Amino acid sequence: MFTSLASAIAAAESEGKSLSAVALEAEALDQGRPVAEIRDALARALAVMRGAVERGSAGDLKSASGLVGGDAAKVHHSTAGPLAGTLFRDVLARALAVQEVNAAMGVIVAAPTAGGAGVLPAVLTGVADARGLPDDRVVDALATAGLIGAVVAERASLSGAEGGCQAETGAAAGMAAGAATEMLGGTPRQVGHAVALAQQGTLGLVCDPLGGLVELPCVFRNATGSAIALAAVEMALAGVEFAIPADEVIDTMGQIGREMDVRYRETAGGGLAATPTGRRLARERLVSIKRSQG
Amino acid sequence: MFAVSLLDIIGPVMVGPSSSHTAGACRLGLLARNLVGGTPERARIELHGSFARTGEGHGTDKAIVGGLLGFRPDDDRIRTALDIAERDGLAFTFEKVTLGDDGQVHPNSTRITVQRGAREHVMLGASLGAGRVMVSEVDGYPVELHGNHHAIVLVAEDVKGSVARIAGILADDGINIATLRLTRKHKGGDAFMVIEVDEAPGEPVREHIRALPWVRWAHRLDKVSA
Repeated sequence: MFTSLASAIAAAESEGKSLSAVALEAEALDQGRPVAEIRDALARALAVMRGAVERGSAGDLKSASGLVGGDAAKVHHSTAGPLAGTLFRDVLARALAVQEVNAAMGVIVAAPTAGGAGVLPAVLTGVADARGLPDDRVVDALATAGLIGAVVAERASLSGAEGGCQAETGAAAGMAAGAATEMLGGTPRQVGHAVALAQQGTLGLVCDPLGGLVELPCVFRNATGSAIALAAVEMALAGVEFAIPADEVIDTMGQIGREMDVRYRETAGGGLAATPTGRRLARERLVSIKRSQG
Repeated sequence: MFAVSLLDIIGPVMVGPSSSHTAGACRLGLLARNLVGGTPERARIELHGSFARTGEGHGTDKAIVGGLLGFRPDDDRIRTALDIAERDGLAFTFEKVTLGDDGQVHPNSTRITVQRGAREHVMLGASLGAGRVMVSEVDGYPVELHGNHHAIVLVAEDVKGSVARIAGILADDGINIATLRLTRKHKGGDAFMVIEVDEAPGEPVREHIRALPWVRWAHRLDKVSA
């Protein structure tokens, strides 16, 4: 797989191909498997993603601690907000839905991780459904997302324990932004700008879950991460160019992650987890989990 | 440099909420199950570090027991694994323990003791993140098992030519060896062999290996990753 987006974009441009085609061919070569088999696996992942969006939208799920659940349905049905009835609002509701399924021990695709699993399905299926795009295009977009994620894994990190939330929902936002940009007809170069634009908006984001559980703020970070991804897609397709190349923005994310205090890397030692309310909720809810398990 | 796979990034498909505390925990349970060749009758599960501190909220207990029952990380029966275990006659206990210092033991570690009929084994394993796992000890022998290959594990008397003999049996059956690792507790003591192979070894191969007079026991550990 590629270790820089620049080299993948150069390969796509010189061969006159999309980034997804270049990514699928590289994966086929690396793994010794035909492209069709890789697309089949991605299609199965897409089916699981759609299942999670649907399951979470029903609004009847509760997490182990009871701290999250039911908010996807609230957003889905609300007519109060300025985004009511828009693709944007639909994407937010889908991101919450997938993460509520994850928190309730439902089946999701960890893409790139379980904690950041809401962004990619929300942005890709939300945009595809609103624009009537066929699943083939979404599968291609997933390949592009995988390429971007692989570059982030090589150059920085995809783990909250290593790099904070910028490496989980931040990376997910970059992957989703690039993938959606290609899905909507953007050039490989525009995909690169979309990744940079999304990733720059999440730099420094800490991983601070209450009690160390993948619940709060994780569920909501997936919604706000999706919003940043959509903003990046909108700008990139309009022709906005971000002056710092995506690879350098990704490197910066990795550097910030390495310099980030351990309290902000999934240890529940800092951030929202360490607030008076955060500590109280974690204490109370962890006790209630033990009781419910007898 | 290792090649990151697209399908590692867009995956695994798993029951939430945590790839390390749920999916990885399930895979460790599956590996312990494979050591005794089926659902254990008894399992003692010791949780260390972050597994002990936040495991309950992540369903780590359900995921390990689910693995012991043979459920894979994407099987939603993991949610009710503790009840299913009771019904299926798997008696389990959980303990929160300290298995060692932070520098020596991975924060997401568990020691699982399993018994099924005459077979009883102890396994020390860790969940490394993103659903990846590593078993570092079986019955006190240091090993390095990631569960991403089919493997044969065996304990044999320390006789000359044992490795060549086993490699020969596998070659005769058309099975390609990916890695082979041999460890001993002390010189002249029994040897623990982990042979990772590309194809799942069939029953005849295992019978041939078990029939060797100097092999004390040999088990197949099927791969537990996608």
